[in-house]
Amino acid sequence: MASDPRSAAIDAFARRHRYHRLEAVPWLIAVALYFALPGYLPLGAQIFATILFVLSADLVLGYAGIVTLGQAAFFGTGAYAAGILAANGWGEPLSGLLFASAMAAVVGFLSGLIILRTSGLALLMQTLVVATTLYEAANKASFLTGGDDGLQGMEVWPIFGLFRFDMFGRVAYVYCLVVLFLGWLVARQLVHSPFGRSLTGARENTGRMHAIGAPVAFRRLIVYTISAALAGASGALIAQTTSFVGLTSLSLERSGNALIMLIIGGVGRLYGAFIGVPLFMVAQDRFSEVDPVYWYFWLGLLMVVVVVFARGGVLGLFERFWR
Amino acid sequence: MTEAALETRGLSKSFGALSVANGIDFRLEKGARHALIGPNGAGKTSFVNLVTGVLRPSGGTIHLDGADITDLAQSARVKCGLARTFQINALFRRLCVLENVTLAIAEREGVAGVLLRPAGCYRAIIEEAYDLLETLGLADHALQPVNALAYGRQRLVEIAVALGLAPKVLLLDEPAAGIPSGESGIVVSVIERLPADIAMLIIEHDMDLVFRLATTITVLVQGSVLVEGPPEAIAGDRRVREVYLGERAR
Repeated sequence: MASDPRSAAIDAFARRHRYHRLEAVPWLIAVALYFALPGYLPLGAQIFATILFVLSADLVLGYAGIVTLGQAAFFGTGAYAAGILAANGWGEPLSGLLFASAMAAVVGFLSGLIILRTSGLALLMQTLVVATTLYEAANKASFLTGGDDGLQGMEVWPIFGLFRFDMFGRVAYVYCLVVLFLGWLVARQLVHSPFGRSLTGARENTGRMHAIGAPVAFRRLIVYTISAALAGASGALIAQTTSFVGLTSLSLERSGNALIMLIIGGVGRLYGAFIGVPLFMVAQDRFSEVDPVYWYFWLGLLMVVVVVFARGGVLGLFERFWR
Repeated sequence: MTEAALETRGLSKSFGALSVANGIDFRLEKGARHALIGPNGAGKTSFVNLVTGVLRPSGGTIHLDGADITDLAQSARVKCGLARTFQINALFRRLCVLENVTLAIAEREGVAGVLLRPAGCYRAIIEEAYDLLETLGLADHALQPVNALAYGRQRLVEIAVALGLAPKVLLLDEPAAGIPSGESGIVVSVIERLPADIAMLIIEHDMDLVFRLATTITVLVQGSVLVEGPPEAIAGDRRVREVYLGERAR
């Protein structure tokens, strides 16, 4: 049956969306590292939460083609939502996570409703405006957010009332890993669905997507909202595992770093975040130790090297050598 | 009088002082092979953009199968059975040929908004897309990205994507544009073999192609219909020679 070219081509095309063996690798590594590097579990938890954040950026930038400098708006919204809840007497982490994610989705939906009407540079500036506005709002509302000092006094209860967040970061590690896994499942399912393919189509040629009758603006708004929810969950994870939320969670630097990590790993490939984030965070850690004054320069140099020699990031390099 | 597949009444559009359509009354009959010709800047592509909803008309109405679609959005007009191709390829260049067509069929079938099922589950759609490619002689290239194809073949993909929408009315905006004249034959033979029930409007510069395909020709000059008739009448029309064919003969 498979020998005739028709079924062979159709099978090959349909198979593209199935799960591949290699996709298990990041999760196996994460589980192995839990046992191999017990001293680095808190850093691991941070990395997982950041991967979720960068993954959310990949959905809008890599798949929907929405260039954004405001992804921190949703991260910060999630972080403050979870933080304020926990600082005011409700420290149950799972409901806090869902609440934070929902709040970020609401911010994503409402801001997307307005700013996604534009495109290109105008859109880029408006994503920046949304994040900056929230930053200033959080700065002014110090009675709620602690303003410049950051949010103090968060009290996060044990997960399911059983697993207390310990000082070795074991619970945090597993918690962040599980949430990242669920977030990845959503993103993975989404980009391989007809909806995700139509987003990719709109990224490749928006005009043609309109011409085949696709409600492009509506679909962009949906993915923008989903991405905001994931970013919000990521913010909540960081808030709950560190028991602190600062203004930097809404900063331009956070949005920018997400893009840098994504570009280093590879944009629009779903796994760019899984490579870019650990690479960036480990490089940041190393560089700042070796050269405490100019470490940002080395990070910048790494970025330049990637952009000049490895368009498509690390994953792009792999793809080139695979052929 | 039976309903036309596509009709415009007094269709007008102006950008400030520049008028690209002055009260165009136009009928495209069901199953028609109709060509729209005219010198550069006559407003042919603007006419297509008005009909498909890319541009909003300043005046007049557009009817598809008798129904007024003037106020419908572009995507809603597609759902009513109006499809177009583009003068300059508008394809999903880094996606494979099969996926280009699959996207259009998924949109037509209303499954393109499905979020949580993998796209590979919709096998009937992929099969239909492949069979469509086969009829256009593109099956060998199904899994290649569009940008790896020769330009002439890309022009066929352009038509394939529009056909994936199973249109009642198909607007072909210069289907042979950019192809060396010796190779435009493959485009002509594909268009000749399209289902007879699709009403087709061909906007074209290539006179050989127009006279081979069309049974009715409308000549557009400066946003107005100059004359309409069968090919022999158009070829013999003195005014047409002056504004259009004569221009080329010189």
